[in-house]
Amino acid sequence: MSNLIKLNGETASIVENEWTCVNLPASQAEQRVQAGKVVLFKLTGEKSVTDEQIATAVIPATGKVIVPLSVFIARKNSLESRINAGEIGVWLDTHEVLEQLIEHQADLNVLLIIAVHVERFADGRIFSLGTLLRSRYGFKNELRAFGDVLKDQLFFLKRSGFTSFLIRADRSAEDALASLHDFSQPYQGAVDEPQPIFKRYHRTA
Amino acid sequence: MYKYDQIDQQIVDERVAQYRDQTRRYLAGELSEDEFRPLRLQNGLYIQRYAPMLRIAVPYGMLSSRQLHKLADIAAKYDKDYGHFSTRQNLQLNWPKLEDVPDILAELATVEMHAIQTSGNCIRNITTDQFAGIAPDEVIDPRAMAEIMRQWSTFHPEFALLPRKFKIAVSGTKQDRAVIQAHDIGMEFYTDSSGKLAIKVWVGGGLGRTPILGSVIREHLDWQHALTYCEAIIRVYNLHGRRDNIYKARIKILVKALGIDEFKNQVEAEWAFLKDAPNTITEAELARVGQHFEDMPYDALQAHEASFDAAVASNPAFAAWVKRCVHAHKTAGYRAVTLSLKPHGSAPGDATSAQMHTVADLAESYSFSELRVSHEQNLILADVKLSDLLAVWEKARANGLATPNIGLLTDIICCPGGDFCSLANAKSIPIALAIQAQFDNLDYLHDIGDIELNISGCMNACGHHHVGHIGILGVDKDSAEFYQVSIGGKQGNDASIGAVIGPSFAADEMPSVIQKLIDVYIKERTDEERFIDTVRRLGVAPFKAHVYAKDTNEATA
Ligand code: HEM
Ligand code: SF4
Repeated sequence: MSNLIKLNGETASIVENEWTCVNLPASQAEQRVQAGKVVLFKLTGEKSVTDEQIATAVIPATGKVIVPLSVFIARKNSLESRINAGEIGVWLDTHEVLEQLIEHQADLNVLLIIAVHVERFADGRIFSLGTLLRSRYGFKNELRAFGDVLKDQLFFLKRSGFTSFLIRADRSAEDALASLHDFSQPYQGAVDEPQPIFKRYHRTA
Repeated sequence: MYKYDQIDQQIVDERVAQYRDQTRRYLAGELSEDEFRPLRLQNGLYIQRYAPMLRIAVPYGMLSSRQLHKLADIAAKYDKDYGHFSTRQNLQLNWPKLEDVPDILAELATVEMHAIQTSGNCIRNITTDQFAGIAPDEVIDPRAMAEIMRQWSTFHPEFALLPRKFKIAVSGTKQDRAVIQAHDIGMEFYTDSSGKLAIKVWVGGGLGRTPILGSVIREHLDWQHALTYCEAIIRVYNLHGRRDNIYKARIKILVKALGIDEFKNQVEAEWAFLKDAPNTITEAELARVGQHFEDMPYDALQAHEASFDAAVASNPAFAAWVKRCVHAHKTAGYRAVTLSLKPHGSAPGDATSAQMHTVADLAESYSFSELRVSHEQNLILADVKLSDLLAVWEKARANGLATPNIGLLTDIICCPGGDFCSLANAKSIPIALAIQAQFDNLDYLHDIGDIELNISGCMNACGHHHVGHIGILGVDKDSAEFYQVSIGGKQGNDASIGAVIGPSFAADEMPSVIQKLIDVYIKERTDEERFIDTVRRLGVAPFKAHVYAKDTNEATA
């Protein structure tokens, strides 16, 4: 059974996953993806993925695939026709820098899906990434969370602009569905409802 | 104070339902320990040495009588008949059962209270000056803005899982009483040259392992932008703060690593996009919330009251209490009263259920049914008539709430320490009690005068020891409990971090160490000089010399 929840407007349902996710091959080089090192990456330009990993990542020849950001950037030319055919999506990790995607793909809406991988559910960078993709970079298509995605973060993910949620394999997506509606009237404006409560309602004192 | 409408009420009710389900899933084994931890923490539930500990939010320290009665009932029903008021103006229960917590939250919801975001890596309870709205030196009453920020920060989706906890303090007085420089964000409200409400924003303060005072990130921010500017700051922090090492995860470390100028550039770049976004506060909303904090319906009174003056003249015990526990009020004929939760011989900040009921009753009879919690861990009746002070004193005294030691050496700020806290290196409450016993002479305490003594059981600094005039820190020395002493810390506008005087001491040496520090002060002080002034004038050396002097010294370890 599928573990993918997809939002369509306000209704959420469990649907089949039509996208195949391409992973990077394991690297020999020390992985410096530890949370919080982004500042270092930014300052030093140090890469978190090796050229070898990028070159050897296996992309299925047909069908809809989501490729890692680093692969997308390095091998974009060879994917051109499939990108235009709407067969290619991009995924990034929470430590990666959104500006790199924008730099190489000015019009994000060519991509039918962007996915963000969250390694540990407590890593709240995913919420800022979703918010930026929607409100700053105008991405309108499917925005997916995958990895350590659990019921108790769904409400926040939804409010941060995510529209599909691949629930961790050992948990029931069915159970998780209800959490999308944990709170009916949030106070602050966010992606899904930009207006704060005081602009949505006439609150009397 | 702020009263919930149906929207506020619905949010806390839905939270109770959500948390009830989370607790059920945990108890049924559907949530692992690791998965449940951040969920319970965001609801103020710690698992501590002997029992869970539940931290209940008291937004910016404001309570109604009805709420305090309820807290007293909860402490009686679910705990050991007492609660602990904390340095973040919250109430902590030390012995609730994990499976009872949903019921406790449901009871709290009936009096417009909750435990949302009282711990965990999120935006915490927003704190402010305990004399907000009544202080004569107040420029702006910060409470309406604090309430607007409370609502904005409640379940803010983007900032639900930050690298580390995030504390905001607001203040609207010339003399800062909210320790805003020791917070992740401090907001100082003032009236700008065009007569408008403006904010000076501080960022990157914090105590803990690496005590750092905040830096000014913006001298002038229009109040409408308070929320979006905070969003810009916290977004930069959320994306770039360290998540690999919890001791380096606070915003202060990021601000230090980047430097305030670079950090400010990143925040301003972010804010360029956020400025004027929908979360910009409107005049109407400030006015709506502001209505909840309008002045009490004060009587028109004389500045002096003969019966009060007579009582002070004839009753030295009452006079001593008035001197320490009664504070100026902006309205003629009114005073604010601090009810001391620091009687000698019990844990600082603790109040029994009976005491809570008494205080709630006092507020009902004499102070418009409202009260406040101070970050010094005392309770405040903000609006008492001069003519009622004697009656308040008598009732407070009969219930152990009138120790005239506010601002004196035994008004100790103290964390729960090793008696309760599993992170502790050492116990802190017994040290407080031993010092109170050593200085159990009120005349002597008054002679020593204004001084702040703060105790933390470990470097997490819950007791704010860095900013105590005297700070005591529990340290672990070959698995034994020792105490490091610092002097010269201070909160307020001229905040400073104390300097360690030397090697640490065993628990039983502590009262005499404090005695020696006081002896040096008494000997060296000039007229009208407070302890902190003498330390600042002379430096640490003479204090250190006396404390560690060879002949009298069994102390160094
Ligand atoms: C026993 C339960 C408690 C535990 C486990 C605990 C844990 C901690 C930890 C780990 C820190 C350091 C955080 C950091 O620097 O990143 C901290 C700081 C702090 N805690 Fe607690 N604490 C407890 C109780 C309290 C109580 C009862 C109070 C109030 C009386 C309190 C007030 C504070 C304050 C004011 C800070 C300093 C904030 C800062 O660093 O800016 N804590 N606590
Ligand atoms: S300072 Fe340390 S010992 Fe005291 S409460 Fe905080 S974590 Fe516990």
